[in-house]
Amino acid sequence: MAQRRFALSRRQLSTHLSGYLFIAPWLIGFFVFTLIPILASFFLAFTQYDTLSAPVWVGTENFERMLQDPRYWASVKATLYYVMAAIPLRLVFALAVAMLLNSDRRGVGNYRAMFYAPSIVGGSVAVAVMWQQVFGTEGLVNYCLAVVGIPRVIWLGNPNTAIWTLITLAAWQFGSPMLIFLAGLRQIPASLYEAAAIDGAGALSKFFKITLPMLSPVLFFNLVLQTINGFIAFTQALIVTNNGRPLDTTLLYVLYVYQRAFQNLQMGYGAAMAWVLLIVIAMVTWLLFKSSSSWVFYESKEGE
Amino acid sequence: MAAITVPGLRVSNASQRKAIVKSIAYHAPTLILSLLMIYPILWMFASSFKVPAEIWKDVSSLIPKQPTLDNYFKGWAGFGGVRFDTFYINSFIYAGGATLFQVISSAITAFGFARIRFFGRNFWFTCMLLTLMLPVQVLIIPQYIMFKQLGWINTYLPLLVPRLCGSAFFIFMIMQFIRGLPKELDEAARIDGCGTIGIFFRIILPLIQPAMITAAIFTFYWTWEDFMGPLLYLGNPKMYTLSLALRGFADPGTGTDWGAIFAMASLSLVPVFAIFVFFQRYLVQGISTTGLTGG
Repeated sequence: MAQRRFALSRRQLSTHLSGYLFIAPWLIGFFVFTLIPILASFFLAFTQYDTLSAPVWVGTENFERMLQDPRYWASVKATLYYVMAAIPLRLVFALAVAMLLNSDRRGVGNYRAMFYAPSIVGGSVAVAVMWQQVFGTEGLVNYCLAVVGIPRVIWLGNPNTAIWTLITLAAWQFGSPMLIFLAGLRQIPASLYEAAAIDGAGALSKFFKITLPMLSPVLFFNLVLQTINGFIAFTQALIVTNNGRPLDTTLLYVLYVYQRAFQNLQMGYGAAMAWVLLIVIAMVTWLLFKSSSSWVFYESKEGE
Repeated sequence: MAAITVPGLRVSNASQRKAIVKSIAYHAPTLILSLLMIYPILWMFASSFKVPAEIWKDVSSLIPKQPTLDNYFKGWAGFGGVRFDTFYINSFIYAGGATLFQVISSAITAFGFARIRFFGRNFWFTCMLLTLMLPVQVLIIPQYIMFKQLGWINTYLPLLVPRLCGSAFFIFMIMQFIRGLPKELDEAARIDGCGTIGIFFRIILPLIQPAMITAAIFTFYWTWEDFMGPLLYLGNPKMYTLSLALRGFADPGTGTDWGAIFAMASLSLVPVFAIFVFFQRYLVQGISTTGLTGG
């Protein structure tokens, strides 16, 4: 393999050419819509640019400005809070329901469809608009609380509760990780549980000693994917909580990038924030991968 | 919930009763929980048939007391002088075009990566895998500037043209599918005088249809529900997709006829649920085998 032949036969040449011919759609897109934009945004992060006049080089000013921007830190806080609450909740629901549905009983297919249904529409504006009314002052949640005698809560107006409307919306959409867990559960050999039953293991120890370790690769996969997804949530914060209200407590990161870049036309500042997000996501992913060696496959503890 | 009697096996009354109890113990909570999950969606559908006064009065009810289609007529009239069918057609143009472009270009690229051994393949493949991890949100600013300079703002071009370049996710998914097909098929076709292009169109393309359908469903969903793209590039209400229109509808500034909003929101979800009902098999398979996530 180390030896490379420089003289190519015509047939080999045509194979190489046809390879590039077939990957050409992606390859062109990679350069035009990914590589060049990402390099451009790296350059933009060090400039001031309003799209009307030429970009002005400002060095690291954008990054220094981030440190002193209280709205920026509000968006960091909101995003971290959102990710750390919504993603574990979503995964716990996903796993619990997957275990419930891991059964050969009749009708399980229908239940699965019903549990999955919120996930196929959950990202839409239609559902975001609906969610706003579910948690409205006169909305569904308050109405149901009133039936039980709990006084109504102004969910969307209260800085302490507003973010929870977004978290519940995210947790509600546990369908995809649920299906992935379900596929993983089906892979666990029944003989393991039978052997454990003979040894007198209870349901709890079966879960911690068999299910969780056997599922850990799937859990890891879901955790990485969902965490990345959590960091880039946008539509919900724009619509459900109306641009990150109240008091920027639901100003998710990407929403703030959008506001700065496209509403205030501060493209340079926006690009700098986007780059920081990229680095943070890369670091979090790297940490998750790093940690995986200690809990995927071997340990029974859930990764944190 | 009849107990199943197995022929040739005498089931005692007690164990039969036990099976029924067990079955109820499973089905009752599962059914209640699953109904609770879809309750908000049902609630919105039901509310869209209620008279305005009823929506916020008998909030939790799923059965309208005086069912009416008024909300649908009012909603269909649209806003800003644009009728709702325009938004519907726009959404179909965007989602339909994007799906067609993306699935075809992804299939072509997937074949190149999966079946042709060309110089630099591993390098480009690694590049593609890296872009899988890249959140597109990081690219919106430079892409916007590029499209603005091309004069593409307020057209569908920024939304559709990039789809001609496929998507790393679906390229990867279709690749996995192609890898599962026996290589002997290609070799046999080559012996019969089929070229690489012929192998793709005549042998592989017909066989990867299930993967392409899965990719098509997800692309359709994601573009149908896409909000950020249209928000950035479409400024003219005549070009609005359903996402933008619904947001315009529900804007606190424009007044709030919730009946009409719920009616149009419900209508916007009809294609999504229709596809779900007819293609559920592909959806479940797609997610379980490749870990696609919806949103």
